[in-house]
Amino acid sequence: MPTVSMTVNGKPVTGEVEGRTLLVHFLRDKLHLTGTHVGCDTAQCGACTVHLDGKAVKSCNVLALQANGAKVTTIEGLATNGTLHPMQEAFRDNHGLQCGYCTPGMVMAAVSLVKDVPNPSEDQIRHGLDGNICRCTGYHNIVKAVKAGAQAMGGK
Amino acid sequence: MPNDIATQTGIGARVKRKEDFRFLTGRGTYTDDINRPGQTYAYILRSPHAAADIVKIDASKAKAAPGVVAVFTGADYEKGGLPAGWQIHSKDGSPMIEPPHFPLCKDKVRHVGDQVALVCAETYAQARDAAELIEVDYKETTPIVNVGDADKAGAPQVWPEAKNNVCYDWHLGDKAATDAAFAKAAHVTKIDLVNQRLIPNAMEPRAAIGDFDRATGEFTLYTTSQNPHVIRLLMGAFVLQIPEAKLRVVAPDVGGGFGSKIFHYAEEALVTWAAGKIERPVKWTAERSESFLTDAHGRDHVSHAELALDKDGKFLGLRVSTKANMGAYLSTFAPCIPTYLYATLLAGVYTTPAIYCEVKALFTHTAVVDAYRGAGRPECTYLLERLVEKAARETGMDRVEIRRKNFIPVNAFPYQTPVALQYDSGDYFSTLDMALKMSDWAGFEKRKADAKARGKLRGIGISTYIEACGIAPSAVVGSLGARAGLYECGSIRVHPTGSVTVFTGSHSHGQGHETTFAQLVSEGLGISIENVEVSHGDTNKVPFGMGTYGSRSLAVGGSALVKAMDKVIAKSKKIAAHLLEASVADIEFKDGKFTVVGTDKSKTLGEIALAAYVPHNYPITELEPGLEETAFYDPLNFTFPGGTHVCEVEVDPETGVVQVVNFTAADDIGRVINPMIVEGQVHGGVAQGIGQALLEGAAYDAESGQLLTGSYMDYCMPRADNVPNIQVGNHATMCTHNPLGSKGVGEVGAIGSPPAVINAVLDALLPLGVKDITMPATPYKVWQAIQSAKKAAE
Repeated sequence: MPTVSMTVNGKPVTGEVEGRTLLVHFLRDKLHLTGTHVGCDTAQCGACTVHLDGKAVKSCNVLALQANGAKVTTIEGLATNGTLHPMQEAFRDNHGLQCGYCTPGMVMAAVSLVKDVPNPSEDQIRHGLDGNICRCTGYHNIVKAVKAGAQAMGGK
Repeated sequence: MPNDIATQTGIGARVKRKEDFRFLTGRGTYTDDINRPGQTYAYILRSPHAAADIVKIDASKAKAAPGVVAVFTGADYEKGGLPAGWQIHSKDGSPMIEPPHFPLCKDKVRHVGDQVALVCAETYAQARDAAELIEVDYKETTPIVNVGDADKAGAPQVWPEAKNNVCYDWHLGDKAATDAAFAKAAHVTKIDLVNQRLIPNAMEPRAAIGDFDRATGEFTLYTTSQNPHVIRLLMGAFVLQIPEAKLRVVAPDVGGGFGSKIFHYAEEALVTWAAGKIERPVKWTAERSESFLTDAHGRDHVSHAELALDKDGKFLGLRVSTKANMGAYLSTFAPCIPTYLYATLLAGVYTTPAIYCEVKALFTHTAVVDAYRGAGRPECTYLLERLVEKAARETGMDRVEIRRKNFIPVNAFPYQTPVALQYDSGDYFSTLDMALKMSDWAGFEKRKADAKARGKLRGIGISTYIEACGIAPSAVVGSLGARAGLYECGSIRVHPTGSVTVFTGSHSHGQGHETTFAQLVSEGLGISIENVEVSHGDTNKVPFGMGTYGSRSLAVGGSALVKAMDKVIAKSKKIAAHLLEASVADIEFKDGKFTVVGTDKSKTLGEIALAAYVPHNYPITELEPGLEETAFYDPLNFTFPGGTHVCEVEVDPETGVVQVVNFTAADDIGRVINPMIVEGQVHGGVAQGIGQALLEGAAYDAESGQLLTGSYMDYCMPRADNVPNIQVGNHATMCTHNPLGSKGVGEVGAIGSPPAVINAVLDALLPLGVKDITMPATPYKVWQAIQSAKKAAE
């Protein structure tokens, strides 16, 4: 089996994978980073969103081997030293999550959105998140959270 | 006066959720996150056909494939079938038809996705690969999928014992009185409606891990369930015959349910059974495609309804005939959804004196249909509110006034409807007024004119609804066919140093019970919310439970906790009396302290707990040590949330695209513990209602029985840019029969909203002459309706 190496949440990791192993399964099954969720099998729901070299990607749509040599950030790597990232904090403050299943992907997508569009309008947030499905919140509080999170991130 | 702690974190406070930290940092534990030592991975081979005989299965190649531990087919399965939890009787008194429902098909498959074989292997990929080597000879037969056609002569038969595919042919209400009401009507409005099939789509796909401990003989099932004790009861007693003492069911963090995770599913039984056979854990996780094919679907009604009105627009009578799709088998709650959660609500918020409803439940070659958020009540509300709207249009009455005129008066409660229920409280006038004000109903014409100037058709729609939840008084539902009680259980364990663990039989899968219940107990016992932990979802921890569905957790589960707290306080008073050398009658519990009335002598709960666990100075001859109490609460009645939803849409006549531009929900849900969580529940429910009205619909091909909407590419889920901000208002009248006064909020959004949306769409299209549209009102359908109306006008 081929070997893959990458940096995940700042730590170098190496593992054997099958050619068909998806990045999300490498993260979940080999690295036990179970915060990244699988919600569909057609790259539609966004629950598996992680950052690959700084860009939000659906990790169910990337082979583990394609991430060889890359820097990957998952939801577990977003908080620093036990302090929530401003976007995580904003989701908590605005009740932007209920069952929590779509949440890691939603937060990762939101952080990436704000990096591209520092102070997004409601419309930009709604369009920017349409690759992430949430069944619980009706998006109302997610939109509020992303707005607040963007502000707290100060355009960074 | 509440104490200081309670004003910040007690009843009514917008407390940030305790559960959020773990979910936001990726540290939740969902079933698929759990791995057991030595586990095998299961793949289920499913039927590619809607209807076929299984002529032969040859699994020999699969059994020899790399990594395969075992392959099981229907012939290997020797245990029981999945039971139905309700028994409905037909008009003629005969019981419903209950066909067997084995977790692995034995001789026939009855819908696409039916379980044909189970493969257990060292890896999931190996199990999946091996399943492709199983050779199944099918002899295909013609399927029936549409419920409207299922009882017609010559329709393919799903079960030989269910003639014309009829599971039951049931009725409710006074037929003669209703006929008499229609005979004296000044006007009769008639409507034909389809309440389309929906797929619940909780974001976490179902998963189950079966584990067997050879040393103790104990089975453990980890599962994505809304009610682990119910699964233990059904699977242990009816399916696998495992004594409850040898069966533990754990439903850890669960990623949404919306009803679809209430039911006992085949996969739960299969992984548990197989774990016993191979003496290794068996893990199964649904792929989303499997969820589409095999999660219980919702709705799927075809109805005809007639409303009789007098010359002043008062409703005289209502006549309803509904065909309800059960799918190929009977799911756990399925029989009660189109009966006792549907027809019993047909009075709605109105004084209609005579109602008669017939419901025919039919089998088809499709996935099972069962409770989905609202369960019966959205179907009922949609029917009533489309019918009332049509009656207003036909008689020229104002849409709001016709509703107001027929509302049950505020002073009429408790109100006995002609369809069995007795509403305890409500004030439909206040929620109506609130919604009209919040939505600026009066200013609509100006907004409509502005939209017209931009080339858009703007419409406004209203729905005034009621629902019955807080499910349910056990004796009542028992008399209606429920095979279980529907009480709830709660335990309060005060630890020696005063912190508290709350054990609840309710299950949180997004509702935030770890916070709401902690608020309730924090206020009730006068302790800091940080000192309250809520435990749920594990049959080895929680004494018993009926779980979370039917908006019951606070009204029933919360009431059980109130009762348990009452017991804790009663015992604490006795301990305090002993410690303070006073009589129990003189001890008052207030602000977290047990005080001798009229003195400054008091003990905190922590001090009392310590005395209870270190009983050196303790009334040991009268009281047992320890401070832990359990209570079961059986509700006296259903609860009846109600309210008004107002929706405003803009339709692009060139494309047929409908945009919801405003949505207002003014609800009466009784006492609110955490307004932030309540608003979130309404937002989510409304989004699902907008989804039903505009986007979602499960479609089966009528000839092949293939599910055409089997992925998120084909089944249109509401996304962030499909739903608006939602205004939420609350006007509470208290539930009169539970200690909290709470009614329930989980389902109101999904119940009230679909007719408000469709009424708005029809209002927008009214100038073009469009009179009807079916859900979901997709751009294609709206555009077609516009073209047809134009043609008709030419």
